[in-house]
Amino acid sequence: MSRFESAFGKGHPALVCFITAGDGDTAANLDALVAGGADVIELGMPFTDPMADGPAIQAANLRALAKGTTTADILALAAGFRARHPEVPLVLMGYANPMIHRGADWFAAEAAKAGVDGVICVDIPPEEDAELGPQLRGAGLNMIRLATPTTDAARLPAVLEGSGGFLYYVSVAGITGKQQAALASIEEAVTRLKASTDLPVAVGFGVRTPEQAEAIARVADGVVVGSAFIDIVAEHGENAAAPLKELTAALAKAVHNARETVA
Amino acid sequence: MTDLANSFRTQPDERGHFGQFGGRYVAETLMPLILDLEKEYRAAKADPAFKAEFDSLMAHYVGRPSPLYFAERLTEHFGGGQIWFKREELNHTGAHKINNCIGQILLAIRMGKTRIIAETGAGQHGVATATVCARFGLPCVIYMGSTDVARQQPNVFRMKLLGAEVIPVESGAKTLKDAMNEAMRDWVANVHDTFYIIGTAAGPHPYPELVRDFQSVIGKEARAQMLERTGKLPDLLLAAVGGGSNAIGLFHPFLDDPEVAMIGVEAGGHGVETDKHAASLTGGSPGVLHGNKTYLLQDEDGQIIEAHSISAGLDYPGIGPEHSWLHDIGRVKYLPINDDEALEAFQLCCRLEGIIPALESAHALAALPKLAKDYGKDQMILVNVSGRGDKDIFTVADALGAKI
Repeated sequence: MSRFESAFGKGHPALVCFITAGDGDTAANLDALVAGGADVIELGMPFTDPMADGPAIQAANLRALAKGTTTADILALAAGFRARHPEVPLVLMGYANPMIHRGADWFAAEAAKAGVDGVICVDIPPEEDAELGPQLRGAGLNMIRLATPTTDAARLPAVLEGSGGFLYYVSVAGITGKQQAALASIEEAVTRLKASTDLPVAVGFGVRTPEQAEAIARVADGVVVGSAFIDIVAEHGENAAAPLKELTAALAKAVHNARETVA
Repeated sequence: MTDLANSFRTQPDERGHFGQFGGRYVAETLMPLILDLEKEYRAAKADPAFKAEFDSLMAHYVGRPSPLYFAERLTEHFGGGQIWFKREELNHTGAHKINNCIGQILLAIRMGKTRIIAETGAGQHGVATATVCARFGLPCVIYMGSTDVARQQPNVFRMKLLGAEVIPVESGAKTLKDAMNEAMRDWVANVHDTFYIIGTAAGPHPYPELVRDFQSVIGKEARAQMLERTGKLPDLLLAAVGGGSNAIGLFHPFLDDPEVAMIGVEAGGHGVETDKHAASLTGGSPGVLHGNKTYLLQDEDGQIIEAHSISAGLDYPGIGPEHSWLHDIGRVKYLPINDDEALEAFQLCCRLEGIIPALESAHALAALPKLAKDYGKDQMILVNVSGRGDKDIFTVADALGAKI
């Protein structure tokens, strides 16, 4: 069984936690997320031009780069995480250019060596899959794709083709960390997606509080939280582990128990 | 007539690739819209009514055809080939940018979009976009780096007079690249009603193709005007390249004329050997940014390096994908020109021809001291004077230490 299958097969919805590599004490922060109950970790690869991100993650990208974070540092963080947490799935999430700059084969091999399970690349749609997808799959990694409110029924098969791990449903047409979508539209979308794939469906964008997370967890296999963690790192700098663990624990409780609280 | 197999004018392929460049590297949210836009553009291209409306606006609103002008005194000054200007600076709004904006707003209306956004560097594309939005009664939001807002105040005020909302962008180096990031963020959040009028022949397919097609009016006119006035095609074409829309607009109709050489002039800033330039072909390598694969200024990890140029319109770390392809296959040569050389050419053109060129266009003119003498008196060099320089007088005064 793959790490993703285990993480989404625990009998309750999964909490997927995102932080940016190189922002704050990343290794300690990753440990705090796991200690708090995160089921899947997304480690953001900072990029100078994060076009799909809102102000919180943009700022985290720039803080990480200002500290001199390199691709080698990110891979080392991943390898360290894998050594400390053999069971927790780890996803690298970012933009195409840093992933393909040394060659997609190089990136896929290094990520696999570091114990990464999957990759989310924001700006490689199915139409450009050849740029990175075959190399990732060849190295045994999952290409995790995004589906959005604009992904219609005609496009969905192309999005699902070659995707693995889980399907990430971006619940709002927009950038990270902003408004949350109406629950009814999320439920409708998840139902539609699940009719077309056996992959677990995780929902993200704009999810900040345990209440929001719980509501989504009632209808989805997983809930992705990012900007709320990034805000904590922005506020606490190198000492963010304790408050990160606290928020993660609250979110995990809400997500893991979401279906039990529904009569 | 060149046969299709050997033509340089059949790019991009059906997936929007110019060789290895171009493509559609966008977030999933934007993909359906990009595909719609492509479909709508194909329909518009085949629709005689669309072409008729475009041509009518070009003639009566923009003031086309723009003149072809023999620059007699510059020719004498350099003592080599004849120097001719394509006078795009005489267009309505003072630059070539309006050609593309007219085409794109007609597409936006065809697609039923009710809100327009755009990025701008020097402000010329912002002004042209604000202009067509006023003309067609659509609300308009322009993203502009705050560094550019400061150095292009006259254009900022022009956009406001035309009814546009100008949003200063504070991220990164606060120039064109950052304005484009912010415009893409707006777009992804408002795809249902918003059309993004990209100002240069870059971005995800089909933008590089459609911007080129709209701007090709420059080269089509110039080719016919040259033949009519001189009975010959020019020996060399010169145009400045930032994103590269004025250059591709001039070059494209001549690509299959093997006797016509072409040079795109990149912004060399303080020199391509320094870390302050915007010459992505001379000093960059292929990568992915802003929806397309193209030459970029980037470090060993693929992080984008800030560009520098005295010209806000050239201050961008990438270039349109068709130029990357033309560079790689060698059909067009690219030459960097530094800030100080452009300033020199700017002043020379003012004094000898009575034409104040945009600093962007001054980069193209600045190639003349290096090249004109290599051409005989019966040979012709055609320079695209892509914009007028009134917007740049504060920057130039500052660089020359003059007080206004």
